[in-house]
Amino acid sequence: MAAFLVIDFSRDHFALFGLPQRFRLDADALDRAYRQLQGVVHPDLFANGDDTQKRLASQSAARVNEAYSALKNPVTRADYLLSLQDNDARGASGPQLPVDFLERQLERREAANDAAAAHDALALGTLLSEVRTDARKMEERLAEEFDGAGTGDETPMRVRELTFLAKLAEDLDAMQGALDSEDES
Amino acid sequence: MALFQISEPDEAPAPHTRRRAVGIDLGTTNSLVATVRHGLAVVLPDEEGRPLVPSIVRYAEKGVETGYAAMAHQSDDAQNTIVSAKRLMGRGLTDLADARRFPYRFVDAPGMVKITTRSGVKTPVEISAEILRALRTRAEESLAGAIDGAVVTVPAYFDEAQRQATKDAARLAGLNVLRLLNEPTAAAIAYGLDNASEGVYAIYDLGGGTFDISILRLSKGVFEVLATNGDSALGGDDFDHRVLCWMIEAAKLPPLAPPDVRSLLVASREAKENLSEHETALILATLADGQTVKVTLTKAIFTDITRNLVGKTMQPVKRALRDAQLQPGDVQGVVLVGGATRMPQIRRAVAEFFGQPPLTNLNPDEVVALGAAVQANKLAGNQERNDDWLLLDVIPLSLGLETMGGLVERIVPRNATIPVARAQEFTTFKDGQTAMAIHVVQGERDQVADCRSLARFELRGIPPMTAGAARIRVAFQVDADGLLDVAAREETTGVESSITVKPSYGLTDGEIAQMLQDSFAHAEDDMQARSLVEAQVEADRIVDATQTALATDGVLLTDDERATIEQSLAQLARMRGGSDHLALRGAVEALNRATEDFASRRMDRSVARALAGKRVDAFQ
Repeated sequence: MAAFLVIDFSRDHFALFGLPQRFRLDADALDRAYRQLQGVVHPDLFANGDDTQKRLASQSAARVNEAYSALKNPVTRADYLLSLQDNDARGASGPQLPVDFLERQLERREAANDAAAAHDALALGTLLSEVRTDARKMEERLAEEFDGAGTGDETPMRVRELTFLAKLAEDLDAMQGALDSEDES
Repeated sequence: MALFQISEPDEAPAPHTRRRAVGIDLGTTNSLVATVRHGLAVVLPDEEGRPLVPSIVRYAEKGVETGYAAMAHQSDDAQNTIVSAKRLMGRGLTDLADARRFPYRFVDAPGMVKITTRSGVKTPVEISAEILRALRTRAEESLAGAIDGAVVTVPAYFDEAQRQATKDAARLAGLNVLRLLNEPTAAAIAYGLDNASEGVYAIYDLGGGTFDISILRLSKGVFEVLATNGDSALGGDDFDHRVLCWMIEAAKLPPLAPPDVRSLLVASREAKENLSEHETALILATLADGQTVKVTLTKAIFTDITRNLVGKTMQPVKRALRDAQLQPGDVQGVVLVGGATRMPQIRRAVAEFFGQPPLTNLNPDEVVALGAAVQANKLAGNQERNDDWLLLDVIPLSLGLETMGGLVERIVPRNATIPVARAQEFTTFKDGQTAMAIHVVQGERDQVADCRSLARFELRGIPPMTAGAARIRVAFQVDADGLLDVAAREETTGVESSITVKPSYGLTDGEIAQMLQDSFAHAEDDMQARSLVEAQVEADRIVDATQTALATDGVLLTDDERATIEQSLAQLARMRGGSDHLALRGAVEALNRATEDFASRRMDRSVARALAGKRVDAFQ
């Protein structure tokens, strides 16, 4: 039986994977470290162990999964970096989104609804790629702030905007999927 | 728990001896058991060399029969011979839009449907346990000793209730469950280790009653499931049923009694299987009344009448790829699993979608059991060359909580890698509120009503505070079997009040212990009392079913016919109060006979509706 590696629950996600605390992240290095860690804590390695070992393995593997999914996605990674800075301007207590930003996204959502109603997959696809482009630009900006110029009062706002864009992209993607299915049946 | 122990502690094998570990594929149509021998996964056949055990259980006069022995009676004893029990696992009667398709006497029960047999009322868990017990016996004879542990496979798209039911069945069969393993993942292990594959693979698994699609990334010995999707009520059975519907129309058949339905379904399946090799299939069957059915099914007709079933499998394929953020072209290879993938129209559809011919070099019937055996061997701690691999699987459906207004707050998203732990904080909405109701649901829809309800419980003993001051942390934990535990705790005051629930579809340890005891202690039972209770349950069930049928489909009867049925009902009600179980059984049989025609007419009507395009199997 493999020696049991006890995960230090107090370490931050980056330290857990031995990665620098940065927004720009080496995805391959993250993948490698993730697999390496699961290779020592996964419950499959302790299926024959006692209940305590099984419980610990399950908790540790869940912790590794949580850290991995938080870092893998740029949106949750940005939010996590803010939380490491003890920035409490996050989530619901964060700043209000600018009105023009919100209006822009609402327009997009309405246009998407219209496109879906009209079975216009092309228009929906165009909207989706626009939103994704906006999100990517926002990520680049956040990368500069987190990894270079330093974060400021505006950073939490940008993270919120990125979160908003990601959610919108997800919804548009789902609408596109629904359109695909409808067109076939 | 001592009851579940396979071997006494002092008989435990020394660390260097090999443990007897098996992989079990508990299928809708067929089941298999496999093990690793001399480093190679092999299916364990019966004495006659047959690898498959038909997943059929018959409650015969003399006891329980399984496999081929039970199969021989699926037509002449249809009501006591249960096929496709897997379709009923963790399902209530309301979940089964196609309940009428089964010739069984269903009993609606909270959580899971039950079936009245001549040996009493049986749950799908108990029925499945009989199949697992038969496989366990086969393995123990073959391996000459008690089984130390088993990996039992489940469809990847099985939800919490279905998984829990499967695990319960395995425990009931006296198996030490090392892991529940998703079927497509098991196939990927068998395939991937065999072929030393790297890259993204799609596993298209169409079994007798379930459909799964899993997208995996294979890289340096890690099998990482990226996304999974499917339909836990779609499989080869449905293709048989389409053939049956077509046959009823083509041969202009009268309303059919359950035994005829069963034998025509068997004939339909044979025709389906023939068409994988030939252009036409002759269907020849004799009905109970001596009438002969003779029709020819061509490949073209078969393809035509099953087109929308094939289409129905492609939706989950697209959803899985979308969730994995991949295009069909990113997929390196497509592995076909499940006997139903032998159908040429399936192979064509898959090849067309992915732009490449699917991989079929492993036996689609055996690959799941072989993969499960490999994992069981590893989990049991047997050392092999080449066992340095790791499996990372996911949860197929999102888990969440009911919030205000009947909406779902998602806590664990679908395709999250397991094991996973997620928590969310909630608060009280009234001043002085001391309890909070927690409703756990599973599914992708936003409304609670559209999701599956898994469990309800209440957190009590919250200290009175102003509204919004309490911090109630609800923690979800999904283990490596994909099974969920939920706990809730109030955090502000340091007063800890927590509860852990098992989803309501699962059986408690106590219930399983009771069932095990019951199955061992038959001899000590007061058979008389037991028979009476069973007869009463049966009587209540048939009265209930008849009244419901009269209320909904009474128009199908003439006044005289209705009067006869009502007379039988009244007679049964009189017997129900007595203590003579034989008389009560007689009255039940009389009512059964009186309603036979009525039942056929209702069945006929539902088949007619199905043919008219109103699908009876439209539930997801």
